Amino acid sequence: MARNVSTQRKLLTTVVAWTIAILIFFPILWTFLTSFKTEAQAIASPPVFLFFDWTTENYFEVQSRSDYFKHFMNSVVVSFGSTLLGLVIAIPSAWAMAFAPTKRTKDVLMWMLSTKMMPPVGVLVPMYLIFRNTGLLDTRTGLVIVLTLINLPIIIWMLYTYFKEIPGEILEAARMDGASLAKEIVYVLTPMAIPGIASTLLLNIILAWNEAFWTLNLSAAKAAPLTAFIASYSSPEGLFYAKLSAASTMAIAPILILGWFSQKQLVRGLTFGAVK
Amino acid sequence: MGSITLKNVSKVFGAHAVIPSIDLDIHDGEFVVFVGPSGCGKSTLLRLIAGLEDVSDGEIIIDGKNTTDLPPAKRGLSMVFQSYALYPHMSVRSNIAFPLKMAGEDKAVIDKKVEDAARVLNLTDYLDRKPRQLSGGQRQRVAIGRAIVRQPEAFLFDEPLSNLDAALRVNMRLEISQLHQQLKTTMIYVTHDQVEAMTMADKIVVLNRGRIEQVGSPLDLYHKPDNLFVAGFIGSPKMNFISGASAAAHQAHTIGVRPEHLVLSKDQGSWRGTVGVAEHLGSDTFLHVNADGIGTLTARVSGDFAVTHGDQVFLTPDPQRVHRFDEKGMAIR
Repeated sequence: MARNVSTQRKLLTTVVAWTIAILIFFPILWTFLTSFKTEAQAIASPPVFLFFDWTTENYFEVQSRSDYFKHFMNSVVVSFGSTLLGLVIAIPSAWAMAFAPTKRTKDVLMWMLSTKMMPPVGVLVPMYLIFRNTGLLDTRTGLVIVLTLINLPIIIWMLYTYFKEIPGEILEAARMDGASLAKEIVYVLTPMAIPGIASTLLLNIILAWNEAFWTLNLSAAKAAPLTAFIASYSSPEGLFYAKLSAASTMAIAPILILGWFSQKQLVRGLTFGAVK
Repeated sequence: MGSITLKNVSKVFGAHAVIPSIDLDIHDGEFVVFVGPSGCGKSTLLRLIAGLEDVSDGEIIIDGKNTTDLPPAKRGLSMVFQSYALYPHMSVRSNIAFPLKMAGEDKAVIDKKVEDAARVLNLTDYLDRKPRQLSGGQRQRVAIGRAIVRQPEAFLFDEPLSNLDAALRVNMRLEISQLHQQLKTTMIYVTHDQVEAMTMADKIVVLNRGRIEQVGSPLDLYHKPDNLFVAGFIGSPKMNFISGASAAAHQAHTIGVRPEHLVLSKDQGSWRGTVGVAEHLGSDTFLHVNADGIGTLTARVSGDFAVTHGDQVFLTPDPQRVHRFDEKGMAIR
């Protein structure tokens, strides 16, 4: 029986939902608006909301002071690179755990997840020293490696969940049809798991794009991605709010657009298996 | 060609022996059915032959070659799964072509073989569809197409018809039998349905708790069951078992009489009883009779025999068709 929902109740829940949505979105909107203010207006009290002298000066200023495109390219290389490398490692790992589980598979999965519970700062010094000694400090390669390592548990977990949904008989059929393990993964498993792999890919690119702790600590100038670009405008002295906002807007815009276009894929990915 | 020999094959999962030890010979070109109740190990046995499970002990010899340690792909067998196990992202054409592609065949050869298989199975019009656009019967045909295209040593069928509705099942049963006559390739077919076993097999292997109870032709098993289990499993409706004084009269611990071997009369006979339920099928009527001092007996009579609930009837077993069993449940001959 359908629940009887009164119009008033519907109105109330709609208002509540919108309020929460706006609250969540507000900081991004505020950053966006601030990026078009002058530095004086940016710190004005009481704050000005929409009625100020709109200016794009901050964007030109930011671009002239630091090379946005270089940071952008670093972000692209680091986030896409680490995600692709992660997938290459995670697909066979998730295959093994989903289709050839042992008594210890659950423990391995939990152990991998547990590495995400450790505060990263706990291993910062050893990681820094390793990077310094191996010459990986401030290189794109170094950042790709570290981001692959920190996101690998999530990639494997997501893929494992998708692979579990694929009937094992189909893979057995491939084996009977003469497919080697590699061919089974390339021709049967991967194409069947494409929706899952795509949402894992997207989510992980977003995670890698936004990752700030390791990228800030292990890069300086050459390999610095957009996170470092934003950070360079957060100064303890001087008026930088508007420029900081402009830099932030420029940094989050690409990933926001990517997320917008792949919304459907992402929602499917995050709720996969919840409803069958 | 496609002869298969199992020598001392066993399978143990943890401490539990699913298959204690099995010896079996399957000749080239035979249609062999493994039948038994669920959990009897018939599917496991098929998977051991396929190589999808490793044997715990023993040897599997296919075409004179020891294949015990070979992976499934190297055994030269094809399998049709209960769930069809089609590749959902591939068209029917690509599904059927897949084993040939894996074998590295020429594109022209693949195209020809796929067309041939599709013609045999009436799939020509569906070659460019995806599996999800097909009905259950068509999907099953695609699965069979994928199996025949490679011309294997033998086909393995794992309950291939249990996902189909009753009418389609009868059709597909016939098609598989015809396919066997056409191809003359060894087929091993697993089912829990004794009707499928009886209608399709050259040789039936009755399994129970991982052991072979009896191997023989369908009529052998029907007429000369080795023990109570086979007697009760083969035949529908089930054989009636009677122990006590009536059995002692036949010098046996238990006697078995098939429902079709009970003669019914309204006036006289060996056992008197009252009709409980009468199931009218038209051609036949199945009567469930509560016989005095014996219990419920099932009898199969002609559809013309007019009788209803509560009627008194007399049952007489055909003396030539009484099966006798000792206290261990083994047949006395």
